[in-house]
This record gives sequence, structure tokens and C-alpha cells, in this order.
Amino acid sequence: MSEFFGFTITGLAIASILAIGASGLVLTYTTTGVFNFAHGAIGMLGAFSYWQLRFGWNVPAPLAFVLVLFVIAPLFGCLLEKVIFRSLQGTPDAVRLVVTVSLLFALIGVANWIWDPTLSRPSHKFFPGSSFDIGGVKIQPAELISIGAALIVAVVLRLVLYNTRAGVAMRAAVDDRPLAALNGARPDRSAMLAWAIGCSLAMLSGVLYVGPIALDAASISILIVNAYAAAMIGRLRSLPMTFVGALLIGLGSEYWRGYTPQVSDAHWVVYFGKPIVDAIPVIVLFAVLLLLPAGRLRGHGTTRTRETYPVPSWNGALTFAAVVIGGSILAMPLLDRSDTLTFALLLGTAILALSLVPLVGLAGQVSLCQLSLAGIGGVTMANLGRGGSPMGLVWAFIFSAVVGALIALPALRLSGIHLALATAAFAVFMDKWVWGLRDFDLPFTNVTISLFPIGSLAVSRLKIFGFDTDATGKILGLEVSDADRQLLLLAVTFAVLALLVVWIRRGPFGRRLLAMKDSEAACATVGMNLVSTKVAVFAISAGMAGLGGGLIAGIRQSTSPDNWQFQAGLPIFMLGVAGGMGRIGGSLFAGVSFQVLNSMSLWPLLNTRFMGMGGPSGWFRSFGAASPGFMGIGLGRNPNGAVADMREGFEPIMHSKRALWLFAIIETALYVATLTFDSMNGWVLVIGTVLALGLCAQIGLQVGLSRGSLTPKPNPSIEEFGGTRLEWIGIDREVTTTDIALLDDKLGLAPAVLR
Amino acid sequence: MSLLEVHSVTMRFGGHVALDNVDLSCNAGEVTALIGPNGAGKTTLFNVTCGLLVPTGGTIHLDGKELTKLKPYKRARLGLARTFQRLELWSVLTVRENVQVAAELRAQKGASSTARDVEAIVERVGLAAKIDQRVDELSTGQARLVEIARALATRPRLILLDEPASGLDDTETHELGILLRDLTAEGLGVLLVEHDVELVMHVSDHIFVLDFGSIIADGTPQEIRTNPAVLSAYLGSSLDQSA
Repeated sequence: MSEFFGFTITGLAIASILAIGASGLVLTYTTTGVFNFAHGAIGMLGAFSYWQLRFGWNVPAPLAFVLVLFVIAPLFGCLLEKVIFRSLQGTPDAVRLVVTVSLLFALIGVANWIWDPTLSRPSHKFFPGSSFDIGGVKIQPAELISIGAALIVAVVLRLVLYNTRAGVAMRAAVDDRPLAALNGARPDRSAMLAWAIGCSLAMLSGVLYVGPIALDAASISILIVNAYAAAMIGRLRSLPMTFVGALLIGLGSEYWRGYTPQVSDAHWVVYFGKPIVDAIPVIVLFAVLLLLPAGRLRGHGTTRTRETYPVPSWNGALTFAAVVIGGSILAMPLLDRSDTLTFALLLGTAILALSLVPLVGLAGQVSLCQLSLAGIGGVTMANLGRGGSPMGLVWAFIFSAVVGALIALPALRLSGIHLALATAAFAVFMDKWVWGLRDFDLPFTNVTISLFPIGSLAVSRLKIFGFDTDATGKILGLEVSDADRQLLLLAVTFAVLALLVVWIRRGPFGRRLLAMKDSEAACATVGMNLVSTKVAVFAISAGMAGLGGGLIAGIRQSTSPDNWQFQAGLPIFMLGVAGGMGRIGGSLFAGVSFQVLNSMSLWPLLNTRFMGMGGPSGWFRSFGAASPGFMGIGLGRNPNGAVADMREGFEPIMHSKRALWLFAIIETALYVATLTFDSMNGWVLVIGTVLALGLCAQIGLQVGLSRGSLTPKPNPSIEEFGGTRLEWIGIDREVTTTDIALLDDKLGLAPAVLR
Repeated sequence: MSLLEVHSVTMRFGGHVALDNVDLSCNAGEVTALIGPNGAGKTTLFNVTCGLLVPTGGTIHLDGKELTKLKPYKRARLGLARTFQRLELWSVLTVRENVQVAAELRAQKGASSTARDVEAIVERVGLAAKIDQRVDELSTGQARLVEIARALATRPRLILLDEPASGLDDTETHELGILLRDLTAEGLGVLLVEHDVELVMHVSDHIFVLDFGSIIADGTPQEIRTNPAVLSAYLGSSLDQSA
């Protein structure tokens, strides 16, 4: 009995921290309509701030506690509201998702930037060493503080939301912001208050984590996924049900952890039962999402898209594929072995981002688990692709596609934030449970699947059609190393998959996906089976990710769970959206920016040469790790992505033969110089290419304008009409005298009256 | 037997009864109109008929086959098409692509669909000049015609039109009337919700009047014009204006 009491107190303490975190999440969601994926990261900042004050600068614990909760947290909340969240009003779910996920990533990067992750940070709980003895059970004061804090939060939130003018205004603002404003409320101020309170609650849960667990920016931030489950039990609306959800998860996890070994020593408990305890919250989250009542078929809603999806031409797509393959071949002599493999990994990342184009760009679905699906591909390649068998890659595609189709099941009922949560839950489930399983036999076969028994798995590189991608030797008289062959394999695969995506976009299935993205209700009423369409697109996307994962594992020649962690996959999603999810170029943008920002070779160079700070944990490296987050926050709002803007900027080159020739000459000269002179390296070539593109685009623009093949961008000042853009009132060209005469006639006015 | 049979359909949203034991039928080759004041339940009846809402009670049959439990896409494949009062076009696609998606879905079932078919349908609703324009660049009236074209591309047996004349000018409304008569002459059934009383009286063969979720009258346009209950609930002012 005393054991049960002990588990209950510990479970209640865990539940309390979850409830505090989840209630902040629910508060900001119900009052501002933004589901903040970065809530856990804000809690993490609170934990680090508290550590800095309490243990770094020896500020007394009560003062540190007050400073974090009542000064730092509200100020940070107000700052976030003013700088980021206010501009998210009226934006689609996808934009909010990208911006908040980017914020999560940026905050982890900022924390690692300020607090060097390689240093250990000793800390302890509140009142270390003291404990109460109740009925033979030792109870830590920290546990009672957590439980007490949760009770105070519950009471205070209830009072604030229902018994104060500010609370009523906060709840009114989410229902109808303009109406609330018309009735005298100040929605911006209400939202700021909500974010201030939300951040305080996030940081309170973070502070309560200090001591029991090691201070690690990423893991504390991801811990909040457990709070998502509690928040979902409250349907993101009900604070009492959120607290009930936290209790279920906290107590359930603790009882499971405490009792399963005693209940049974059976095979399944030892192998599957014990480690699953860490995954219980995400299993609960997944189950709650599955049990949510299905909403009505989605129509347009009030937010109209500004996205454009021009049908890609075959000429353009083939040129793109040729540039990728040709560029890779030309890069081979310039790169050393390590850089060649990094380039190959870049294309592997681009394949993962490309797998999101049909799913996110065309179909409007969301997946935050693409890297986990790639992991399935990597593990499959390790197990079934031994000796370089191409069947390993085929199975990687098939297994990942089947899992992707299963993930589509919740997608049939969910969309937006809920779907993002479901896919995030799947990814965390893979991290916390599946990757930790022991070897198992595939049913109905004599194949044993091995899952990281020694922390990693060896992966054979592909041998396909007699072409060994792990060998070194001559091809067409040229020496081609194994790294070069990997690069070539990845370039060809990326190019082929890009053409496949273009084929999908140009065909009936692509049109169907875009239609589904726009209005599911209209799709259903013209005879589209939304179930099969969603399952198909999830399977195709997951299969592509699995294929990419298999190839990435081949480049590395090994695979480990670290390669496929949930948080490692987030930047690929963010950068894909920033590049433009509707276009194949966006995926290459994601691959390039991901590898450039994380490049191991670049940052030490910058650190040592420009900042005088050496080592991989230097200033620039930390900034590099955080920058996908900053890019996501900045570019996530552009519905068409950065690639569309770049393309628009560089397109004039195609209007002038002179510009095209000049670009070819500069590029050839740069390439030959890089090959010839040791002092020239690849970065000079890259920077030179970008400058040459800019110069030649300007020349092309001037030539195009003088010949009339290009038209000048309309001057906004000409378009203004009484402060209103003419296109908004249906006028898309200059008003002529004929138009004025027509208007006079229709209005029954004599022309002279108006003139 | 009528093409569409709606029998005792009730739809409740919590305590609110949006449709109360509604009986309605619609014949092939005829325009059947459903009129009534705003909030009477007309669009709810459309949503129930096409499957976007599951009724609390009652049955719906299309050509003798019960639809009540079928998903919307299965009803569409049986020949039921609709347009929306609040436009539900695929705004990132062009006029051609909007119609093409519907035509291709129809073609899956064995019927032939060609680019020429799509062009012919777009031409029929008078939008040939706009065929490669994105639909969010069109006026509301033109967008409504695209919805009609998209519905026609599914080769329906019955088409539910929810305020198709809203946003059309007089000439366009007149042309819409001609189109509706042409379609019924080819054997198509049309169920029309419309506030333009003149159009309704001009093109309809039979009219049902819905008020507060109940059918309060039905009959020919002439009978409806003179029905005291209808005049009091809905038509009085409209007829005065059109007279």
C-alpha cells in the first residue's frame, strides 16, 4: 500500500507539471487561435533562465523563481506576441504551424548558443536532501511544490478567465476579434496578456523540471509533447479536462513504470512492456486524435490562398534534372571526398523535402514524421539490402509506403494542427519505443529485422545493374571514387523523383490533390473518394522518404536512431516550406540550405578565421543550427516560397541571348579557374555563380525591356486609387478615356460634368 | 416514380430543428424550385441531399436507390451534382482544370472524357474566353457559371443549384434560364434554390416553399403565386416588386 502511495505521489507530481504546461498551451490556443508548437521550448528557456540565476549567479531560489515567472516570462510573451504572433492573425493553419515549429527550432538553437551544450550544468531540486515521511513513504518537497503549483494555477486561471474583465475580453477576442474590438475590447492587448500568462505557465513547468532531469535544450523542449496529449484530452478547449488528461497520463505512466515488472516477467513485458512507458503520452495523444469525432468536410473557410501553382513544363523539368545531374558531375573534380559525401547528403535531404511536395504542397496535408519514415527506409536497407542488393531499396520504398498509408488513417479525419500533432506523435513514438526494440522476425518469413543492437547498423552501398556505388575505378576513362558514385546515384535518383513529381502535378492525380487542398467538400460532391486519394498521397510521399532514407544510410554506410530523431526532421519541413512546397525547386532549396547551415566544414572555418572562436561549438555553428528556425519564421509567411521569388529574379536571363552567353562564359571561366588554381575553392565558384546570375539577370532585364518582351513591374503609386489598390476593386489595367466615356454613359452623366 | 424522393427528412443541430419532416420530389426533365426566406433550411436540405450532412431522420432516394447512408462521392457517382451558395471552387486551378478534375473523375467509371468535352462544357456556360484563367480572377457571376460547368462535367442525372443567379447581371440571368431549360430538355433534373423570383417563376415546372424547416406549400408557379401562406411568409414583397 505504501508503495502504491509512493507511486501516486510521484505520478501526481509528474501530472502537475504536465497540467501546468498543457494549460498554458490551451490558454493561448483558446484565446489567440494559435497552437504554439514552441510552448515546450519556451518552458525550456524558463528552465535555463532559472538555472542561470539560481546556480550560475547564485541568486536565492525564491528570487530566481519570481524573476523567471513574473518578469522574464511575461516580457518574453509580450515580445513574441508583438514580433511574431500578432502577424499570424488571419493566416492559414499551415503558416502558423511552420512559424511556431520554426520558433521551437530557433529557441533550441538560441539556448545552445547562450548555454554551451557541451558543458554539464549541475543542479538540484527544491530543498535538496530534505523529505517528509508519510505512512512510511518518503516524499520530496519538490513533488509537493509541483502539486501545489498545479492547484494554484487551476484556481487562478479559473478566476482570471471567468471572473475578470481581462479574462472575458481574452475569450471574446478568439470568437470574433473585430466584434470584440467594436464592443470596446482591445484584442491586441488581450492577446498580449494571454501570451504573457501562457509563457509564465510554460516557464513554470520548465522550472519544475530543473533538478529531476538533465538540462538539455532539445529534450526539455520535446518533453512538452507529453503535454500535447493532456491538452488534446481537453480538446484544446477545456481546462478541467486538460487537468484530468494530465492526471491520467502522469499516474498511468508511473503505475506502469512501477508495476509492470512485478505483474509479469513474460516475454512481451520484458521486450515490449518496460521501454514503452516513455512512449505512453504519445500513444495517448495518437489515440485521442484517432477518437476525435470527425469534423464536417472542409470547405474554403475565410482565408483565401495567395499561393500559385503554375503547371511545370516538361522542358523546364528536364532542364532542372539535367542541371542537377550535370552540376553534380562537374562538381566531382572540385570536391574532396568529405565534401563530395556532404553534397550527396544534401541531395538525400532534398529527396526527403521532395517527398513533401505532393503531400504538403499539392494535397495540403501535413507530416512532421518524414524523417522517421526515412529511418524505416534506412533500417530496411541495412537489413534487406545486405551486399548492396537493390531489393533493399525496393523494400525501403514499400515498407515506408505501407507505414505512410497507415498514418493516413488519422489524416482521413484530421487536418491542420491535429494532423501535425498526430504525425509528431508518430515520430516521437518511433524515437521513444520502436528504435529501442530488440531484433524481431518478420511475420510469415524467415527474415530477422535487427534494430540497433549495438547503437547502429552497418549499411551496404547499392550495387545496381552491375554498377557498384561503393567501388573506385574508371568510368569512361575518368577516375570515379566511391564518394563520386554516391553523389551520382543521389543526383540521378533526385532528378528521376523530381520528374515523377512533375508528372504527378501535370496529371489528373496532381489536379485532384490541388482540388482536395482547396475544398474537400467540392471534391466529394463531384465524386472524388477522399479516403483513397489521401491514402495514396501519404503512401507515395512516405515511399519517397523511405527511398531517401535508404540512400542516406548508404552514403553514411551506417544508420543509428540519432539520424532519424523527430527534432532533426523539423528543419527539413520548415526549409521546404520556406523554399516553396509546391515546386520541385523548393526541395533542392531545402537540401542546400539544410546542409549549408549545418555543414561541419563551413562553420569551424568561419569561427576561426572571422570570429577567432574555434571548434565545432563556436558562435557561428550555434547560429547555423538555429538559422533554419529563423528562416522558417521569416519565410514561412511567403505562400509561394523563396524559390518562386528567385526564379522571377533570374528569369530575364532567358530573354536575352547576350545575357545567356555572358553567363555561360563567366561560369566556364570560374569552373576552369577553380580546377586550375589551388587558391580558388568551391565557395568562390558558388558565390561567383550567384553574382554572375544577378549580373546577367539585370542585363537580360534591360534587354527584355528595351525589346518589349518584358514589361516593367507596375508602379504601386500608379495603382493607388484613393488609398485602395486598383486590383482590389476589380480594375487590372490603366483606365482609358474610352472607359471614362463608358462610365459617363452608364451613370447618365454628361462627359463634361466629370472633366 | 420521381427522380429524387426526399421523405420525412429531419435535421437537428442540438436543440435547433433545421429541417422538420420535409417531403420533396423532383422529376427528370423538369426544373423544381425550392424557395423560402433566408434561414428556412434550403441549403441544409441541399447538404443533406448530397451527403455533406447526415440527416437525423428520414430517407432520400435517387431513381429508386436509397442514398441516405451513402458518402457524398458515392452519391455523385450515382448522378447527383451540386453547386454551392458560398462558392467552393478550386481557386488555384484554372477554369479548364476545375472542369477537367470533375470530368476525369467521371471518366474513371468508364465514361469517355476528352479535352474537347471539357471545352464544350465551358463553352456551353459561356466562359470559353476565360477557359485558361484562374478562377479566383473571375467575377462572382462567372465563378458561379464555372461551378455549374463543373457539376455538368460529372454528367449528372440531377443537379442541385444553390442560388446560381446570385451575382449575375440581367443578361446573364436570362442566359442561365435558357441553359436550365436546355438541360431539362435533355432529360436532366434540376433542383433550384434561388431568390430571383422572376427567374424561378419563369423556368420552374414545380415549386416547393420551405419556411422554418417545413414545406408550407408546393405546386406550379401559378399556384404558388396565389397561395396565401406563401404570400404571407415569403413572396408578398417579392411579387410586389417584380409586378
